[in-house]
Amino acid sequence: MSTRLQSKGRLVDTTQPMEFRFNGKRLKGYAGDTLASALLANDQMLMGRSFKYHRPRGAVASGAEEPNALVNLGQGGKFEPNQRATTTELFEGLYATSQNHWPTLEFDVGAVNAALARFLPAGFYYKMFIHPRPFWKYVYEPFIRQSAGLGKAPKERDADTYEHFYFYADVMVIGGGIAGLTAALEAGRAGARVLLVEQTAHWGGRAVVDGAEIGGKPAEDWVAETVAELAAMDNVTIRARTMGAGVYDHGFILAYERLTDHNPETSGPRHRLWRVRAKQTISATGAIERPLSFAGNDIPGVMLAGAVRDYLVNWGVSIGDRTVVVTNNDDAYRTAIALHRAGLRVPAILDARASGGGALADEARAAGIRVEAGRAIAKVKGGKRVEAVEVCLQAGEGAVLETIPCDAVAMSGGWSPVVHLWSHCGGKLLWDTELAMFRPDPARAPTGSDGLGFVAAAGTANGHLGTSAVLADAQSAGRAAAKATGAKPKTGKAPQSNDADEAPIEPVWLMPQGAGDALRMKAWLDYQNDVKVSDVQLAAREGYESVEHAKRYTTLGMATDQGKLSNINGLAVLSGALDQAIPVTGTTTFRPPYTPISMGAIGGSARDGLFQPIRKTPIYGYHVDQNADFEPVGHWRRPYTYPRSAETVHDAVNREVVNTRANIGLLDASTLGKLIVKGPDAGRFLDMMYTNMMSNLAIGKCRYGLMCSENGFLSDDGVVARIDEDTWLCHTTTGGADRIHAWMEDWLQCEWWDWKVYVANVTEQYAQVAVVGPKARKLLEKLGGMDVSKETLPFMQWADGTLGGFPVRVYRISFSGELSYEIAVPASLGRAFWDRLVADGEEFGLMPYGTECLHILRAEKGFIMIGDETDGTVIPQDLGLNWAISKKKDDYLGKRAQEREHMVDPKRWKLVGLETLDGSVIPDGAYAVAAGKNANGQRNTEGRVTSTYYSATLKRGIAMGLILNGPDRMGDVVEFPKVDGTSVKAKIVDQVFYDKAGEKQDV
Amino acid sequence: MRYNAWQIFKEAFTGQTGWKPVWRDPEPKKEYDIVLIGGGGHGLSTAYYLAKNHGLTNIAVLEKGYIGSGNIGRNTTIVRANYFLPGNSEFYSHSLKLWEGLESDLNYNVMHSQRGLINLFHSDGQRDAFVRRGNAMINQGDDAVLLDRDGVRQHLPYIDFDNVRFPVYGGLLHPRGGTARHDAVAWGYARGADQRGVDLIQNCEVTGIDISNGKVTGVQTSRGPIRAKKVAMVAAGRSGQVAAMAGMRLPIESHVLQAFVTEGLKPVIDHVVSFGMGHFYISQSDKGGLVFGGDLDFYSSYAQRGNLPMKEHVMEAAMTLMPMIGKAKVLRSWGGIMDMSPDGSPIIDRTHVDGLFVNCGWNYGGFKAVPASGWAYAHLIATGKPHDTAARYRLDRFTTGRGIMDEEGTGSQHNLH
Repeated sequence: MSTRLQSKGRLVDTTQPMEFRFNGKRLKGYAGDTLASALLANDQMLMGRSFKYHRPRGAVASGAEEPNALVNLGQGGKFEPNQRATTTELFEGLYATSQNHWPTLEFDVGAVNAALARFLPAGFYYKMFIHPRPFWKYVYEPFIRQSAGLGKAPKERDADTYEHFYFYADVMVIGGGIAGLTAALEAGRAGARVLLVEQTAHWGGRAVVDGAEIGGKPAEDWVAETVAELAAMDNVTIRARTMGAGVYDHGFILAYERLTDHNPETSGPRHRLWRVRAKQTISATGAIERPLSFAGNDIPGVMLAGAVRDYLVNWGVSIGDRTVVVTNNDDAYRTAIALHRAGLRVPAILDARASGGGALADEARAAGIRVEAGRAIAKVKGGKRVEAVEVCLQAGEGAVLETIPCDAVAMSGGWSPVVHLWSHCGGKLLWDTELAMFRPDPARAPTGSDGLGFVAAAGTANGHLGTSAVLADAQSAGRAAAKATGAKPKTGKAPQSNDADEAPIEPVWLMPQGAGDALRMKAWLDYQNDVKVSDVQLAAREGYESVEHAKRYTTLGMATDQGKLSNINGLAVLSGALDQAIPVTGTTTFRPPYTPISMGAIGGSARDGLFQPIRKTPIYGYHVDQNADFEPVGHWRRPYTYPRSAETVHDAVNREVVNTRANIGLLDASTLGKLIVKGPDAGRFLDMMYTNMMSNLAIGKCRYGLMCSENGFLSDDGVVARIDEDTWLCHTTTGGADRIHAWMEDWLQCEWWDWKVYVANVTEQYAQVAVVGPKARKLLEKLGGMDVSKETLPFMQWADGTLGGFPVRVYRISFSGELSYEIAVPASLGRAFWDRLVADGEEFGLMPYGTECLHILRAEKGFIMIGDETDGTVIPQDLGLNWAISKKKDDYLGKRAQEREHMVDPKRWKLVGLETLDGSVIPDGAYAVAAGKNANGQRNTEGRVTSTYYSATLKRGIAMGLILNGPDRMGDVVEFPKVDGTSVKAKIVDQVFYDKAGEKQDV
Repeated sequence: MRYNAWQIFKEAFTGQTGWKPVWRDPEPKKEYDIVLIGGGGHGLSTAYYLAKNHGLTNIAVLEKGYIGSGNIGRNTTIVRANYFLPGNSEFYSHSLKLWEGLESDLNYNVMHSQRGLINLFHSDGQRDAFVRRGNAMINQGDDAVLLDRDGVRQHLPYIDFDNVRFPVYGGLLHPRGGTARHDAVAWGYARGADQRGVDLIQNCEVTGIDISNGKVTGVQTSRGPIRAKKVAMVAAGRSGQVAAMAGMRLPIESHVLQAFVTEGLKPVIDHVVSFGMGHFYISQSDKGGLVFGGDLDFYSSYAQRGNLPMKEHVMEAAMTLMPMIGKAKVLRSWGGIMDMSPDGSPIIDRTHVDGLFVNCGWNYGGFKAVPASGWAYAHLIATGKPHDTAARYRLDRFTTGRGIMDEEGTGSQHNLH
């Protein structure tokens, strides 16, 4: 059994007991525990089930690389799936459940898959379920999809908040082990601005667990002193519980700080995402131990030797009473010796190397531990817990020499440097044959814009395993990084350690070397995804020879740990199967993040209303007060209509239409784009931007303009006003303001860079109000201050002045066909001006109107709307807008394209009005279908509806549409099928339904 | 080797030792009738249909890396036919029909899953546009259902309907839309092509295109020169570089598009959901990971990795649309290189060089096009004439302006992307 020992471990605070729940059971742990250590202390070795075969799973590691011990954590809006128990710090009241089983963790029906394993090798689904086709959709696929995933998906709105943080560092050091501490210390002492992050809550990494000596003192003391020195430096920032998550181009580093996971009752954000610009980054991320591939290596109780040591030393937890150690390197001897010293039994150390170990092996033997060289595990016996191991020769095929009863196995297949951060942005690796590991190739670091490396690896992450070598390497890395940022590093030697003489590792990719099919089918590589040695060999046999093919075919390394334990072993097995060297096989791509990051953290605070924040006009508050029915328009939210108490939206819109045509309507038009175009060449520039002439527009006058793309397609429209000799104000559509501004800048900066023109987007500098309707003038006269008569301020002119004491610019322009004044006031006065109009307009029957009324008014008048009548395929000529295209100009954007033969082809879809025969409203988006089908079996079409409304003015449906040869077919009837199978017939008519002569607007 | 129940049963009891390689690993021959440059989805499907539809098998597919190492293996796996402009409409409609028979045709399960695709809309204007699209889809013979708010709620109860910024007005459901297992598509076509005699040559980078008197004569490769009567480029994000070897300057910009996957979760998202206003689309893989993506990173690059700003934008959109998703954890993100064309529509055409063909410009949407693209490209290469369904994908439309197909309706412009 696994249990807590009397010596409680260096991280556990026995003065702070804590109660927590796992699968409903109330259990006890201490502050300083991880969930995994606390579960193990309570003899809860079984923590979950694997993905494919639902095999029983216990913790195999003690840190971020853990693939097995994943739990559902918390409840309700705090619920989080797939939380690694090994990195979850225990807190009072922690609530966890195990994953991927039914009905219970102990008895899981899904485990039947394991019995069918012979039918379910890697990639089985590519070969199965092909026939009969409907079975895939209705039987197989639903079943497969039902089996998806491990943890449950969160159901409730995430109750936590997240934040982003920005930081600039000369040197960022990732990893708070002795290498990271040394590198940070060197860079800090040199005066560089340093950020040091460590993913766990504790400093010192493995050295403090292994009891190394540094500079003649225990590592524990050295670490404490170093952390204290760093903390005291003004130029150094240190953060525990902060993972270096990703390295991006140009020294952009992502770090992920878990602020309250260990204490969820604390207020404030749960996670903080650090966005760091670092001149130099040092990856001191240590190494991860590799499992050994022997049959039954997935049975709970089989654990990495280093993890066994961690649980013992850090948390005072023994994994078993009798632990067999199996290894191909010297490090696992440390585990055996530590277990022995703690009074636990180590029945044997099985060292796969024929020549055995070095000084540590001698020490183990001297302690009385049985050490067997050249031996291996043929098979682990047990189901939900290790019961015994069968011992064989590593060089053989698995003939059992003896069976050793035990309840735990500590394995070590060697150490793989954590090269993820080095690799994220293009750092390359080399295979170190002597050490049997991929390590960073210093000659091929990720490079920045200057072509120089901006990431360096240090310590174990750089392939150094001995403490002295780690310290020396980290010292030089810290100094080099500091120097590269312009700081002056100190000199002096790195502290020394008391490293034991170690015998070299011998790579063991399969145990025993000649294991047959039956054993290989039980030798796990990827514990979570249930990928075995036999699966990778099958992939190779089937020709999935690229390491990427093998990964994708078998799902090796695609689990939540992203292959931290399995990848190197897997690609070594693949190399073996293909009979090629490991570096020829290579690795799969290391992708950020290093360990999974919550989506909430990456999103940060920009969610809900802050996701693309709402743009508000100065008059927005009025609309809210009136309970307007809003609709999103670009980034704005505009009133769709202003329903009165019991009114429907439809009725409200109709009321607004009728009232505006009869009395006065008021529209908040502030969202319209307003671009100031100014300079000696502004007129010439606008003549190129617009289809019509703007340079000859008289000061004080307005002109409607169209803008087209180079391919001739209409992209925006609006009224342009000439302000003075070299200044024009261009109105754009609401949605087009930023786009057109960018479009103008594009031409000015890239093509006509020598033209003297400035463009300023002043959209938000003004509030703009349209006062529309036959009584509009009366209202403005009541306000008083300027002459708004037809004589002084005729249609399509503008004037500056005051109205009711407000400084205003009044444009006599109309998008409704009515007498209309669009009045701009400084944004700060917008609300006051609007309120004044509303108050003074009451006697004239003034009502505000929204965007839908605006659309109907313009459609009744036959005015086009960008986005309705246009879709990127329509030229102005299609819309009958030839009158707005200058014949005098040599050129404008789109002119050449519009003269192309297919653009002047009479057989284009052109704009007309449409009147239904029965007065009904044609549905939006309807197509006019023609007889027959085209060569591809599709229904022929001869046009489509572009705008369609119920006209409250005319009391019938009106529409505009683009119809083949439309203007030449007046009076023809075309048919529009509806979704319900019926269709509606409409007569082609002139598109102007209201006041064709334009008498009402020009008064 | 055909896959069938007996084979699977037999192998189960013989240690899976009888399976043969899905494709050979041939040495390149000195000469082929047709050389395809690019062993991605489009190249492999082209090879497959050249062999199957046209009986042409003296073909080599030259792949710089491993089969399927480009965008076919790094997309968000969405299959749909919801295009509406003439030219695109018939092409994607054809493609979806090919998808629906792909497993039987290839004898390989690509796990095509017609789980339905829902495009959400958030305003009247957007609704009108989607109704139009839906009508066009029905006219083209495909399916589309307009969902109102409650209709969407029945399918997607977990999204935020009353979001202050983008309240959900409804959605356009494309029931035959869905996903497929991307790698399997590459492997299935590769296996089918190989079985018909096509040589799939991996780790073979084309370094030059040989042209003599205006006619293509072969290619130079990292594994030596290969003569060919016809050479067909199909190199997606690297198209510009490949075509440059033939002296061509393509109207293509190569941009990074990122994709993301979370840790595996029990089933939660049953459809493909597209949140256009947030440039965000998501589905759940059969393995349980949420697979999603966003907009381009908006800089030109050949590096298959992206950067933080777009990642953040994508997660913001996710959190806004699906407020419960915050504690799902992103497992991995990666980038693909998109061959962006000026009008957002592809190119399948001849070139100015006799015997040299070009297939590119798939923008962000190449995956769903794989079957029809291969079908049409094979037809063009074999017969010299464009296939009916791809007749409008002409290279010269950017010179003449004729036939520009701007599906996004924003107007074709050189800096669209």
